[in-house]
This record gives sequence, C-alpha cells and structure tokens, in this order.
Amino acid sequence: MSLLMTFVVAIKALRRNTMRTALTALGMIIGVAAVIVMMALGSGARATIEAQIRTIGSNVILVNAGAGGFGPVRGGQGATTTLTIEDAETIRREISGIRYLSPGVVTRTQVVAGTGNWNTVVQGTSEALPAIRSWPLQFGSFFTEDDIRRSARVAVIGSVVRDQLFGSGTDPIGQVIRIRNQPFRVIGVLATKGQAMFGQDQDDMVYVPFTTAMKRLLGQDHLRDITISTENGVDTAQTTRAIGALLRERHTIPPGGDDDFMVRTQEEIASILTSTTTTMTYLLASIAAVSLLVGGIGIMNIMLVSVTERTREIGLRLSVGARDVDVLLQFLMEAVVLSLAGGAIGIAVGFGASYLLGRLMSWSSLVTVDAVLLSFGCAAAIGIFFGFYPARKAAALDPIDALRYE
Amino acid sequence: MAGSSASDPLVVVDELTKTYALGEVAVRALRGISLTVTTGELVALTGPSGSGKSTFMHLLGCLDRPTGGTYRLGGRDVARLSKRELARIRNREIGFVFQGFNLLPRTTALENVELPLLYRAGLSGARRRTMAREALEAVGLADRLGHHPGQLSGGQQQRVAIARALVTGPRLLLADEPTGNLDSRTSIEVMGIFQRLNVERGLTIVLVTHEHDIAEYATRVVSFLDGRVRFDRPVGRRRTAAVELENLAGEEADPGDRATRGHAPISATLSRPITGV
Repeated sequence: MSLLMTFVVAIKALRRNTMRTALTALGMIIGVAAVIVMMALGSGARATIEAQIRTIGSNVILVNAGAGGFGPVRGGQGATTTLTIEDAETIRREISGIRYLSPGVVTRTQVVAGTGNWNTVVQGTSEALPAIRSWPLQFGSFFTEDDIRRSARVAVIGSVVRDQLFGSGTDPIGQVIRIRNQPFRVIGVLATKGQAMFGQDQDDMVYVPFTTAMKRLLGQDHLRDITISTENGVDTAQTTRAIGALLRERHTIPPGGDDDFMVRTQEEIASILTSTTTTMTYLLASIAAVSLLVGGIGIMNIMLVSVTERTREIGLRLSVGARDVDVLLQFLMEAVVLSLAGGAIGIAVGFGASYLLGRLMSWSSLVTVDAVLLSFGCAAAIGIFFGFYPARKAAALDPIDALRYE
Repeated sequence: MAGSSASDPLVVVDELTKTYALGEVAVRALRGISLTVTTGELVALTGPSGSGKSTFMHLLGCLDRPTGGTYRLGGRDVARLSKRELARIRNREIGFVFQGFNLLPRTTALENVELPLLYRAGLSGARRRTMAREALEAVGLADRLGHHPGQLSGGQQQRVAIARALVTGPRLLLADEPTGNLDSRTSIEVMGIFQRLNVERGLTIVLVTHEHDIAEYATRVVSFLDGRVRFDRPVGRRRTAAVELENLAGEEADPGDRATRGHAPISATLSRPITGV
C-alpha cells in the first residue's frame, strides 16, 4: 500500500474514535508545549543578555590591570600599578585596527550637590566612551579631548545620579557637584541604559576625564583598565593576542611568567553568561521532555488496545493480500500521525503560553525555530519509537488466528 | 493465469495433513486429503463440524500452511512460497468469502470492496473506484455504494463481501459457509450469484456448507468426515437458483414482499450478464 493511502487509512481509523484520539494526543500536546515554553524562556533570557552585549558593543576589548603581588600575599583584581597611560598610547600607536581607546580609572565615593548627596562610582574615562558604548546623551554633551588635556573639572552623570541629586528628569547642565571636596561642573546627562550584565547599574555613575580623576581625585599615575573598540571587520581575537604580546614585552614579563594584566573581549565575557543560560535552558527542557515521554507511553498504550480491538480487521486485511509490512506501516502511521498532530497542536499551545507568560509575568520569552524543530522532531521520534512495538505485534499476527479472534 | 482452459487442474492436493497443537493435545484436523479441482468447477465441501472442511478451506486460501502433503495452485507448490508471495496470491489469485462477512464497520460498501486493491501497487484512486463499482454492480448492489454495513441487510452484506472477493479478478473463489448466517431465500440468492459467476465467467468456486440443499447448487460435492474425504461425487439433480426463486415467488404470491425487503430483486440481477470486472 502506498504511503499516501496508509496515511488516509490512518486518518480514518483515528477519526473513528475521536475522544480516545483526542485524549491520547493531549499527552503529546502537553509534553511538546512544555518543551516549547521552557525553551522559549531560556531563549528569552539569552536574547536579553545578547541585547545587553550589543549595547556595550561586540567589538570591545577590555584590558584590566591584573592581580598584584607575588608570593604568599596577592592583591585582588586591579591591584597592580603597572598599567599606564604610556601602555595605552603604545597600544593605540602600534596595534592596527583600533578605532577608539579609552584609559580608565575608578573609585567609589560620595558625591554632593547642594543639600543632596549620593554614594556612587566615579569613573575616569576618555572622550571616546559614548562612541565605544554607543551611548547617547539625554542632555548636554560629553567632555572633549581638550578637557582631558587640561584635566578639566567637568562631569557627565548617569540618570540615576541626576535623579538622586537634582530630581527626577531634570536638566542639571551647568550645576556644580562636589567630588572629594572639589567642584565639578555638570556638562551632560547620559540616556538611561539599565543594568549591565553583572548587575551593576550603568546609570548610577559619574564620568570625569581620566586625567582629572588620576591627578585630582586619586593621585595615582597607573590605570585600572583600558577599553578598546576595534574597527569593523577586525578579528578581535587576533587583536587581543597582539595587545597581550605588546604588554608582556613592555612589562618585561619573561616567557612562562604570570601576566600582570588581563585582556579579554567583551564576547568572551558574554559567552560565559550565555553558556550558563543555555545549560539552564536545556535542563528545563529535559525536565519538560519527561512529560513528552509520558505522552509517548500513552500512545503505545492506546495503540496496543487498538491492535487487540482490531485483530479481526488485521486478519481480514491479511486475507485480502496485505503483507505484514503493510500492517506494520498502517499501525506505525497511526501512531506517528497521532504524535505529530499532538506535536503540532502542542507547538501552537506552547506559542500561546510563551506569549502569555511574556505579557502577564513580563518574562522575556522567545520561541525559536530550533525549539519548534526539536520538539516536533521529538514528537515524530516518540511516535515511531512507541508505535513500533504495537505495530510489530499487529504485523506478526497469523491470518487465521486473527480472523478467528473473538 | 493466461491459457487456462476448462479442463486444466487448478487445485491439486495430495495427502494434505494438518495437525494443531491445542494445549498438550495434538489435534489432527486433516489426515490426508487428496483431490483435484479443475477450472470451471463449482465444488461444495460438506460434512459435520469438526470434519476439517474449514481447515481445508484455509489451506486452499493460503491463510494457513499444511503440516504435510502438497498443495499446488495453478501448478505452483504453495509450500515453497515466501510470506510475501503468499500475500500476493491471496491478493491476486484467490477471493475469500467468510461466513461472518467480515466487512469493515463504518466504512462504505464501495470502500470495503476497494480494500484488496489498496494492497496492489500502481492503481489510481479513480481506477480502484471504477473496479469496485463494477464488482458491486455485478452482485446487484449498484444503488448501495455509499451504505455502511450497518445499513445493509445480511444478504446485502454478503453480496458486498462477494464483490470484495471478485474485485481483484481471482481465478479461485473460496467461500466458507457463505449462507450460514442467511435466511433460506437470501441463501438461494447468494447461491444464484455463485452459479452465475461460475457459468458466465467460468470462475472456479469452492464453498463449504453443511446444508444439503445448498450443496445441490454445486456441480460436485466432496464430503468430509474426521479429516478424510468420505465421498466425492458430481451432483445428480442440480438445483438452479433462478428456477428456485421463481418457484418461491409463486408460492409466496405476495407482490409486496420484495419491496419490503429493501433491496433489488435478485432475479433482475441474475438476468443481466456480468461484464468487465
């Protein structure tokens, strides 16, 4: 019998017992929908992270001062004092493909404005920061190269700092804030950006020229980090290696010695987070897949009942010339149609549930093509796997025994 | 097969035995049957229950394999055939009619008759339906194509089953107690169909019956007892269904009767030649 006819016969057989067909398919529907929803939540979380990476810039390389000290006592990240402005200038001069570069220092301190004050992070950075982070300003402008050269006392503040010191949504351009008792003129407010990957609030920051921060606030001549953004199409991994080699040479680190700095691409940092989310997604999906398995067992159960009920029909089909493979395919087709129909409805239900979760609970959910293909494939595989045993049982029947079956 | 004529032996059975294991007891259903059926015969197998006639029919129909002896169908030794080849023979060379009709429920007469054709490659849906319709017309059910078995009388159901056995154009029609579930008038109608197929198409028919008057519609009677042939002889005073039905109609003398039976009178079908199946 042709596959098309087998399909038509299977549909007819399933329609003969609508209620039973519907209940059996329900097992598959729930299983597939659960897998879809779980994967949608996982993909949604990953998409959120990836969107944040885009706001930082995927072609960003971070050079951090390394853990300081050798021997028994070791400092934490950024404790070494060997990363300098000269390092930054050499990198800009000697490494090709660099578009923007921004030396950075950081300190946490109290910021005062009139009667208000607020404990926040003060970052020394260069005029390139808005370009590197693709970060627009809400009010005013960012400081310039000239401000850096003059170590000007100017500050660009994040929206959280503005809200705390000057009131929500106000324009504080021209106002003065005091950082460690020195007056800084506010020349810009950055647009609200939200939380960064590691949870720190990017809007709860004050940015000042790094020269000003080093000389007037910290009194140090080493850097904490250098943020680099490459030209489009540049291989960031290769650039990362080149920067590493250059710094080892400048810091006279012998072959095999520990680096006193760390160079990583933003992508590397992000991929760690992404892979964690992916692991969680698959964990959740495999828990959901258990219900898919249970649905498959339901199909096997019903197919066994169906084979017993239709023993005489099988005998008749054999007596008019059906081969055992025809009978096998007929019952296998029924199981597969059942599981695929359940799978298709399950995908629709999964879509709906993911959408509702996204809307009502404001969880980010994203139904991907992968998830649809995976769960549909699982449904097909389950249909074949759990349909095979009953179908083989039917095909192995002896025509006479089957015809005589009461 | 091409070239077979009325005198060719179609079925040659030699010392056929069949032993079942029923629990620990071996049941010897057939103890050595030898017989030959030539093309064009209408053979009735009779005998009490347990005489082995049904078992023999199943062997003839390639539904079961013998324990010993040989069975040659059209010159081929059936014991040597693979399962696949047996399925092909059941599909192409043998038509089987059962006592209990064995129609698929909630399936139209047309679809029931189409069933054997589904297991034959290379037939379009339109061709299958045409063949099935012609087979149903041949048994006088042209106006019942879309009816389900539940909407048909016993006689009509058996005629659908005969159409299903005919649709593949078999060389051998086997019927296991085809009138066992039917009243006497319907039984005669069904026997009329068999006689007509036998005469007009030269179709070889072997049927099992335990009713003597039904056996008298055949050309030859083979009687079974305890797994052996008791006697094998031609029918002397053969009955003709068309004549019997006319007699019956005369006795009843009730013109309204046929109409209340709900199907076309068989005599009308009998007078029409069978073509093109």
